[in-house]
Amino acid sequence: MSTLTAKTVTKTRRSFATHWYAWAMVLPVVVVLAVLVGYPLGRGIYLSFTDANEANIGRVIGDFEVPASYRFVGLDNYWHILSGQEGSFYPRLTWTVIWTASCVFLHYTIGLGLAMLLNRQIRGRSLYRVLLILPWAVPAFVAAFAWKLMYNTDNGVLNALLSKIGIGAVDWLGDPTIQKLSVIAVNTWLGVPFMMVAILGGLQSIPRELHEAAEMDGASAWQRFWNVTVPGLRPVSSTIILLGTIWTFNMFPIIYLVIGQAGGTESEILVTYAYRLAFQGVRDYAGSASYGIVILSLLLVFSVFYRRMLSRQEVAK
Amino acid sequence: MSTVSTPARAPEKLPAPEATAPARRQRGRGERSAAASVALHATLVVASVIALFPIVFIVLVSIRGENGWTHPMEMTGFTLENYTHVLGDTEFLTWFMNSAIVAGGTMLVGVLIAASAGYAVSRMRFPGDKSLMWSFLLCQMFPVAVLIVPLYNILGRLGLLDSYGGLIITYCSVSVPFCAWMLKGYFDTIPTEIDESGRVDGLTPFGTFWRLIIPLARPGLAVTAFYTFLTAWSEVAFATSFMSSEGKYTLAVGLQTFVGPHRAEWGLMTASSVLIMVPAGLLFFFAQRHLVAGLTAGGTKG
Repeated sequence: MSTLTAKTVTKTRRSFATHWYAWAMVLPVVVVLAVLVGYPLGRGIYLSFTDANEANIGRVIGDFEVPASYRFVGLDNYWHILSGQEGSFYPRLTWTVIWTASCVFLHYTIGLGLAMLLNRQIRGRSLYRVLLILPWAVPAFVAAFAWKLMYNTDNGVLNALLSKIGIGAVDWLGDPTIQKLSVIAVNTWLGVPFMMVAILGGLQSIPRELHEAAEMDGASAWQRFWNVTVPGLRPVSSTIILLGTIWTFNMFPIIYLVIGQAGGTESEILVTYAYRLAFQGVRDYAGSASYGIVILSLLLVFSVFYRRMLSRQEVAK
Repeated sequence: MSTVSTPARAPEKLPAPEATAPARRQRGRGERSAAASVALHATLVVASVIALFPIVFIVLVSIRGENGWTHPMEMTGFTLENYTHVLGDTEFLTWFMNSAIVAGGTMLVGVLIAASAGYAVSRMRFPGDKSLMWSFLLCQMFPVAVLIVPLYNILGRLGLLDSYGGLIITYCSVSVPFCAWMLKGYFDTIPTEIDESGRVDGLTPFGTFWRLIIPLARPGLAVTAFYTFLTAWSEVAFATSFMSSEGKYTLAVGLQTFVGPHRAEWGLMTASSVLIMVPAGLLFFFAQRHLVAGLTAGGTKG
């Protein structure tokens, strides 16, 4: 037993001697992550096991300190959410998954299509490229407001255009279903350029010789696409789809600013709902924290499976 | 890119006399019929129009006066009154400054702290490097909702709510791991021979990093900094709940006051949107080419 510990100690010491330099260089980041992410995360997890809200959280009013009086309630919050007692978790989760899947699918396919077009020899290529990238330069909150104005039922430009061609006004942000389609459209508009630029970079890194060799072997354009382009894009695709999924799942500003204040509670995704729990009405800190942890766990499970799936495909080849 | 592919095909196009009658000639790869060309251009034009439409639209609305937005299809009454109104009578410039201070601070702190870690993860093998990289990615996953409540309470206790410092600290929780992730990708693209030559010349690893790699990675650093700046610049959730006095609002919060349940100053809104988009758009135009390279490089080699 004692030799074992001695062995681990020497092992640690030797490891420290070789690696102290690397550790010293990552130390600032580790400290920052521990203080700014680790500690709040720990506290968030703790809060999710309590019944903390605005009234009992404890705060300082002038010189007078109100002590915190919230209690530990164990897994009650999670049970409340996951058992469906709270009523809105599962419908909202479904909508969030639909939202994420459709946005990422549209981002990726439209981005891939445009990148393939831009990767050809074509007059005015760089002009198209700049024009198509422009939406990316627009901050999300500006885009959200711009689209909100366009969606305006009585004075919006979309309805004005529709009436020109003889179609009646559409209540873009009123009807729950149309509302959902509307926000997906906004996010698609905003997110395609990133995918396009990333895929374009990936396309250009595929060696020309591969395409030429495939053509020599008599592969059709479609076969070349499936057997040369798609595998060549794999490293880029896997990263941007993972990042895109995470970002879309957590996409706050679009939903919050386009429909959040209009009472469109049904079209809220999990993140905006959790935010509203914490900062509107009676502030339910514990509920919001539990929602946050649930969302984080979902994403975590997703990315672990995603990575595992990718590496299995890699091995299978 | 086009310049790379042109020489390869050039000989095929040069023999002019015969090629003028291409009717029966087999088409080479990369050449296409006139119909395909038209379809290609048509698709790209439609896509460009969709991409541009909202931007052009709000520019047009912004120069048509206070009530121009109520008649979106008319093309009359052009005036700059919205702009003078935004700059003169609202807090827009204060918000702009606030946003610049917070985003600038986040950018500086993020890049400074993250650079050495990115380098270490890129070049050194040490126990914990994989899990560190994994945790950088993990931090991208944090929904607003996980950190916002605890941070709100912690900052409240420290008296840092409604202050620049508090918001910068908050943003660093996102920007530091993000910068480290991205910079690692850039450092990976710099050949390791450079490090070796530094070591041969007797530089310490940190010396190599500081004297050789940092100057070489300057474009990467600039792009990472810029991206961090933009992210902080357009953040909504934290700013909305942490900044409570009007003098401390960032743009994302301030603009919400123009259009709300009881107010619809779309003229002001569009004018300020344009003022926000122009500088960001210009910078973006110069940085975008390098932007994605770093993001995806950090991921694929991670």
